[in-house]
Amino acid sequence: MFSRKVTDSIIEKLIFASGIAAILLVSLIFFFLLREGLGFFSEYSIKDFITGHFWYPTSKPAAFGILSLIMGSLFVTLGAAVIAVPVGVMAAFYISEVAPVSVRDVLKSGIELLAAIPSVVIGFIGMVTLVPLVRVMFDIPTGLSAFSGSLMLAFMAMPTIVSISEDAIRSVPWTYKEAALSLGATKWQTMYRIVLPAAAPGILAAVMLGIGRVIGETMAVMMITGNAAAIPESIFDPVRTMTATIAAEMGETVKGSMHYKGLFAIGLVLFVITFIINFIADTFLNRVKK
Amino acid sequence: MAIVEIKNMDLFYGAFQAIKKVNMSIEANRITSMIGPSGCGKSTLLRCLNRMNDNIEGIKITGKIDIDGIDILRSDEEFDVDALRRKVGMVFQRPNPFPLTVFENVAFGLRIHKLAKSSELSGLVEESLKAVMLWEDLKDRLGNNALNLSLEQRQRLCVARLIAVKPDIILLDEPCSALDPIATAKIEELMLELKKKYTIVIVTHNMQQAARVSDDTGFMLLGELVEFGKTSQIFTAPKEKKTEDYVTGRFG
Ligand SMILES: Nc1ncnc2c1ncn2[C@@H]1O[C@H](COP(=O)(O)OP(=O)(O)OP(=O)(O)O)[C@@H](O)[C@H]1O
Ligand SMILES: [Mg+2]
Repeated sequence: MFSRKVTDSIIEKLIFASGIAAILLVSLIFFFLLREGLGFFSEYSIKDFITGHFWYPTSKPAAFGILSLIMGSLFVTLGAAVIAVPVGVMAAFYISEVAPVSVRDVLKSGIELLAAIPSVVIGFIGMVTLVPLVRVMFDIPTGLSAFSGSLMLAFMAMPTIVSISEDAIRSVPWTYKEAALSLGATKWQTMYRIVLPAAAPGILAAVMLGIGRVIGETMAVMMITGNAAAIPESIFDPVRTMTATIAAEMGETVKGSMHYKGLFAIGLVLFVITFIINFIADTFLNRVKK
Repeated sequence: MAIVEIKNMDLFYGAFQAIKKVNMSIEANRITSMIGPSGCGKSTLLRCLNRMNDNIEGIKITGKIDIDGIDILRSDEEFDVDALRRKVGMVFQRPNPFPLTVFENVAFGLRIHKLAKSSELSGLVEESLKAVMLWEDLKDRLGNNALNLSLEQRQRLCVARLIAVKPDIILLDEPCSALDPIATAKIEELMLELKKKYTIVIVTHNMQQAARVSDDTGFMLLGELVEFGKTSQIFTAPKEKKTEDYVTGRFG
């Protein structure tokens, strides 16, 4: 039998060690990303990399322009935001302000369940149901398009947007609503003119986190966006995203080659973008807490 | 003529009866104060007058409240509660301006009731702020967030926000309890000024305040309206023993 003191100190050390391990792992990931990615830029100009139209990593001479991939990610993500933000925010309002208590509880657990579906599953369902539907509905040669990707990603961003917005809306003090109602405002006017602005920072943070989630999404978009590395002209064109490129090509590259390093460089760009988005979201969330 | 007529009103929170057979009439352009120990039902009664109790679960009200001869308690679909609240406004215990600018706070009611064209808006906002004597202090800070004002200024702003929609009746639920004595004196001054145009009902814990500002006073105890009459009479020659005990501080 250990004394309680000894048990305590062992547990304490274990927790400390796992904390350190987590930090160490993240730093290592970051270190490798930087080393391989930055190594790429000593041989290939950043400008050509970001603004180049052609991604031909295996031809001779090779071209490493990721503009079409950036555009692909942008199209799919923006499309997802355009769909997910209004629907998600309205759903959040419905859940926190309109729905009766029993409905609210069911919806909230339903949304948490949605968040738990693995993205491969969502991608697969999208591939067999959504893609043919989009092809027939819009009469396009293939349903594998930015639009299908956006729909799918909107679906994946929705749980984050709904649940965090709902928290923000629910934490608007009752006294504000009471004041609005006592002035003869209808329920709708109260929501639109008082609750929405008061919850706006939290809602913005929710949107940013939702988008941050989908911009890094890989499996689902790889399965349904068509994977064509060309600059899209409309949302119904097939596109290829940065994440899909890394996932699809990493297995075939020679370690240490330009292609290999180029994929790390894409990762670096992605990292910077998500970092900025999360940073903005954090700023808004902190403002809410104050 | 009585603007508010309460007849035989009972109110239940579930099984608990918070208001018992209250009869009372409130005259226009006077200040009526409601006094009584904590929990006797003052706020509950006040909030009935603009139906702010509507959202509470398990509440049941019987009897009648007529305002301008119209029964406001009827629950039929065509009765417009929002219109009632425009006519009978309320100022709360804790100053609760919206987290918007000073200007938008006052403009809120004008906007939602479409009482002003956008060209008239700033004139009406100015008028309301002048009526609560905030204009001189705030005219250069209309774009500031209202939450940055002092407590007294916030409470005045809440009054300004209310009178912008030109109500007939103003309900005040302990409007000074968060304020210091100097700010309280100023708000009392404001009430006397507003009395010329509005009918005011104030709930207060402060008996001196009731004696200073009100024309009529009602004393409540355990949900009953024990006595209602001219303020001078209630404080100097109460008819009921319980009222006398309370106003002379011998209560409880
Ligand atoms: N929502 C509610 N549900 C159940 N009981 C309530 C509710 N609101 C108030 N009560 C009860 O009704 C009684 C009257 O409350 P009310 O707030 O009207 O008293 P009050 O005279 O305003 O008191 P105070 O001076 O403390 O503000 C109290 O016993 C209170 O506990
Ligand atoms: Mg009260």
